[in-house]
Amino acid sequence: MQDEIANSLKGHNADYIEIRLEESKATRIIYRGNRLEEIGKTSSKGGNVRALVKGGWGFVSFNSVSNLRDKVELAVSQARLVGKETSDFSQSEPLTDMVTAEIEKNPMTVPLASKKELFDEYNDIILSTAKIQTSNIGYSDSQRKVTFASSEGTYIEQTKVDVSLRLIAIASEDGQVQQVGLSLGSQGDFSAVEGLQEQVKQMAQRAVELLSAPQAKGGEYIVVLDPVLAGVFVHEAFGHLSEADHVYENKRLQDIMVLGRKFGDKHLNIVDGAAVPGLRGSYKYDDEGVQASKTYLIREGILESRLHSRETAAIMGEKPTGNARAISYLFPPIVRMTNTYIEPKTLSFEDIISDIKEGIYAKDWYGGTTSLEMFTFSAAEAYMIRNGKIAELLRPVVLSGNVFVTLGNIDAIGNDLQMNQGGGCGKREQSPLPVSNGSPHIRIRSCLVGGS
Amino acid sequence: MEEILAQAKRVAEQAEVFQVSSKVTPVHFEANRLKQIQDKESTKTALRLIKDGKVGFAQASGFIEPGMLVEMAAETCQFGMPAKFDFPNPKAYPKVDTFDLQIDAVTVDDMVELGEQLIAKVRQHASDILCEASISKGIASVHIINSEGGEASYNKSLFSLSFEGILIKGEDMLFVGDSNSSCHPILDFRPVAEEVIKQLELAKRNVSISTEPMPVIFTPHGVASSLVAPLVSAFSGKLVFDGASPLKNKMGEQIFDKNFSLWDDSTLPYQVASYPCDDEGVPSQRTPLIDNGAVSHFFYDLQTAALANTQSTGNGSRHVGVPTPSPSSLVIGEGDISFWDMVRDIKEGLVVEFLIGAEQGNILNGDFSGNVLLGYKITNGEVTGRVKNTMVAGNVYRVLKQLEAIGNDARWVEGFLLTPCLYCSSLSVASKAG
Repeated sequence: MQDEIANSLKGHNADYIEIRLEESKATRIIYRGNRLEEIGKTSSKGGNVRALVKGGWGFVSFNSVSNLRDKVELAVSQARLVGKETSDFSQSEPLTDMVTAEIEKNPMTVPLASKKELFDEYNDIILSTAKIQTSNIGYSDSQRKVTFASSEGTYIEQTKVDVSLRLIAIASEDGQVQQVGLSLGSQGDFSAVEGLQEQVKQMAQRAVELLSAPQAKGGEYIVVLDPVLAGVFVHEAFGHLSEADHVYENKRLQDIMVLGRKFGDKHLNIVDGAAVPGLRGSYKYDDEGVQASKTYLIREGILESRLHSRETAAIMGEKPTGNARAISYLFPPIVRMTNTYIEPKTLSFEDIISDIKEGIYAKDWYGGTTSLEMFTFSAAEAYMIRNGKIAELLRPVVLSGNVFVTLGNIDAIGNDLQMNQGGGCGKREQSPLPVSNGSPHIRIRSCLVGGS
Repeated sequence: MEEILAQAKRVAEQAEVFQVSSKVTPVHFEANRLKQIQDKESTKTALRLIKDGKVGFAQASGFIEPGMLVEMAAETCQFGMPAKFDFPNPKAYPKVDTFDLQIDAVTVDDMVELGEQLIAKVRQHASDILCEASISKGIASVHIINSEGGEASYNKSLFSLSFEGILIKGEDMLFVGDSNSSCHPILDFRPVAEEVIKQLELAKRNVSISTEPMPVIFTPHGVASSLVAPLVSAFSGKLVFDGASPLKNKMGEQIFDKNFSLWDDSTLPYQVASYPCDDEGVPSQRTPLIDNGAVSHFFYDLQTAALANTQSTGNGSRHVGVPTPSPSSLVIGEGDISFWDMVRDIKEGLVVEFLIGAEQGNILNGDFSGNVLLGYKITNGEVTGRVKNTMVAGNVYRVLKQLEAIGNDARWVEGFLLTPCLYCSSLSVASKAG
């Protein structure tokens, strides 16, 4: 196959061509209440060709890998229709590599019966809690082998395994419905979703407590975020704006996002990197065959670099960072985050909340989204902080900020970095992409909270 | 497909094979210029088995040996949910128009020209705007056969035109956008261009707004981005059966405004969400969900309908795995007031065009809360400009219980929702000073 791929890439009049072939298999298990609603297996085979001619791109995706050369020709001819200028694409030395997944407990080897037994147990814990109306459990594991070859002579085979689990407890009383969720994941290690009995129990109890909790009053607050929610915050508030494909053809945004600009105080360091090992967003090569790196987006409060594909890096005259990712063979790679986090500093949680007279402590996540400038992220759990102490439980809150203001409003960073592996990121049509994000506890001086 | 069904029948009591093949050609513009042409072909085959009364499922993208697919599905049967339904064999399907041969006549050059015209028209109005646009055409073929003699197939043509623009002044970013889709080719770029230009006009300058409850008008995009997600979840037969919908036990009750009606309709001609049969081979239909304020029906697939002791409404839809109840096209009934009459009625208020983050709250309870990505302030009956750093929060059941007015200007948004503007008398608005 390697020879056939190499041959089909030869002799075309294009600036760059790549072929990605993919084989994957997956298992999905879904519970709703006491019903195991879906247990299914899927397999997938397909591939794509992407070609660059004079700055224009052609992209062809398919299920059948026969007549590969015809597909390459189609992509090149499309690119030729588009391209009218010059191609900017960072160079890459040809390399050959085979990367296999190194996994502690491979989910592919865990029998369906054992998986079901484990999730039955979690489900029973949720459903046996008083006032719990129902539950949702969604589990999936997948193994994906990607073969990448480029007209530059690079050939890479990479295999990755991904595991994710989301549990939701839904409580109901007098027409009120409240929910609390728990999300976990790992790069292929099934043990990451084992042994959660105690967490599942607490989650169910919290959903019940929310039924009698009041809603926050809308307005500006001092807000303390736990590591999970702060991770979502850094992903939404800054990570997306660091993706160079938003910036590279936008002169005005380049003026705003100029390297060296101050975004926060000296204590603020924000990092993204697939080269940070063992996390859900980790890999050796991205989907353009570029080696993964660890990138300081913000160092000591100053914008230091951004996330690149080979095209955005070349156009902006910066170095590629290995952040071009595609969710499957159906899509071309685009600039994505991998593992994104705020580096820890020295403060304890008590230090952070002790001098807050009135504020909100927001924990765990429902979701988050951004328009680049303005973003929202929502907590699954929230408490009032009164006179330096955690006070009453609140209904979940949605928080909102403005990237140019809110990062500068971070006035305390804790010492307790935690990475959250349960998230998936969506961009354009490509969702959910395995990523991780994290942070220590952080405090934001002033943050807008939606409420009654 | 026949081979898969034949092999499946040997190991199971009942079986169903679903296959969808599609070919889509999207043309993408980035930063005002043509950037990429794509050509995507894909085939997906799914098998459901009922064996010893339990449902098994397997699915393959691309080629798979029939025996392999049957084996994968059979392995899951022993753990599967007890089947409460039989695969259907209906006598007839409604005639629903979902295919227009004209789509074939549209060339890539035509699509490129359409994108160029759209971008040129918007830039004529705002020369500094940076535009992204996608024009896409495609054809999908759906085929379903089952062991009970049921068989259905149809073709669908798809055409869509979508536009997003960003206008940056200093550190202020303004986002505008619109889209249009149909089974007919869309050869006129003007409706999308006009909507975008309207948004740019209304957002011409930034104004501040106070933190307090005030009257709010949701435009069709505003309805889609604020109110629809909680309604879709509440009317899903599955959530009702699970008791996770506040509408459980509310059938027939008048809990919405008496002028508010909502229905699901998969039979509308040439709408992209229409079909003659759903993904389980159940005939399509129009299903009233809210009839003049009263809860009148929920939407179902086969299994959920059987559990709830009712009939499928033809809303079994496949996303990743087995079919699940999902809306087709949703329609909100029109009222008799124009958008501008609503504006004239308000002394101080807000127009919500796009809300972000609204689906991230507790939508099960009907709560929504989000950042106003695009919204306009009303002062003394006139739109005075755009508001920023502003959140709105509310509950759909409270908002829709009593509407001040319903618009007479319904419009398709997001390809699946036909809605007028909705005017509610009071909603919580929080804004950050400065």
